[in-house]
Amino acid sequence: MIDHKDALLLTQIAKGLPICSHPYAVIGERIGLSESEVIKRITHLQKMGMIKRLGIIVKHATLGYRANAMIVWRIPEADIDFVAQEMLKLSFVTLCYQRPMRPEWPYNLYCMIHGKNKTKVNAQLAQLIEDCNLREVEKQILFSSRCFKQRGAVYTTT
Amino acid sequence: MLKLSDLQKKLLNDFQRNFPLTPKPYADIAKQLGVSENDVLDALNELDEKHCISRIGAIIPPNQIGVSTLAAMSVPENEIERVAAQINQYTEVNHNYEREHEVNLWFVLIAQNAAHLDNVITSIETESGYPVLRFPLIKEFFIDLSFHLDLTND
Repeated sequence: MIDHKDALLLTQIAKGLPICSHPYAVIGERIGLSESEVIKRITHLQKMGMIKRLGIIVKHATLGYRANAMIVWRIPEADIDFVAQEMLKLSFVTLCYQRPMRPEWPYNLYCMIHGKNKTKVNAQLAQLIEDCNLREVEKQILFSSRCFKQRGAVYTTT
Repeated sequence: MLKLSDLQKKLLNDFQRNFPLTPKPYADIAKQLGVSENDVLDALNELDEKHCISRIGAIIPPNQIGVSTLAAMSVPENEIERVAAQINQYTEVNHNYEREHEVNLWFVLIAQNAAHLDNVITSIETESGYPVLRFPLIKEFFIDLSFHLDLTND
């Protein structure tokens, strides 16, 4: 279990580390922890699997990756793990999630492709369909057109 | 395409994960790359100012703390900015994207418990006048590697 200080710390590091000589000391000051305590707690939170990764979070769009497609697929329940693992073998697939189907939205596997432009993403999608044998699978392709919000989550404990 | 220094390209590709957990992490990165701490701080500050990085921070897996869900709405084009602004008011919302589809507004919410998450979604439905579809995570398939950025100018 994590305590209130851990939740505050996770919110701080999800928001971002300051770019200065002693970032962990600065964060510690905000929430009443010493630098060494901050480092110890983050190390522990990482071991517990509470942190997927710590590092630079890039803005793909500014770096020339202007096209981003979310593709949702209707995959038989029993095949989901296999198909997802096949998808992740392709370097341009950046995320892969299983989510529940809805009557209005009967898709259960979500993947994301970040690419330099739509033409490239469409070519990568064509490769994905071939490599993962998804020609007959129902899907929807959703390119993102505008980002209204992108930031780290705010965590609270009661 | 922006002009990036070799140091900036290295930082962007090699430090998306395993950021040093040491008192002076930027100095340790500098040592690894054979430059000074100030070189690294300057390079990162410039990447930040040019909006090349969102932040240097942690990605927390969904549902580790609190409850989260992906949500979606179908909103007429001329209403989308109003509805997006209403959604963004909530601190529980951390991502909100327009996508080219009839189901065009996609956002992620995180709250301390299911009841609170429910309340926020109900409020969004009432304020916007449109129903919200909920797609909570069932399973995340992990990738071990960082996304490799091709930073050549083509």
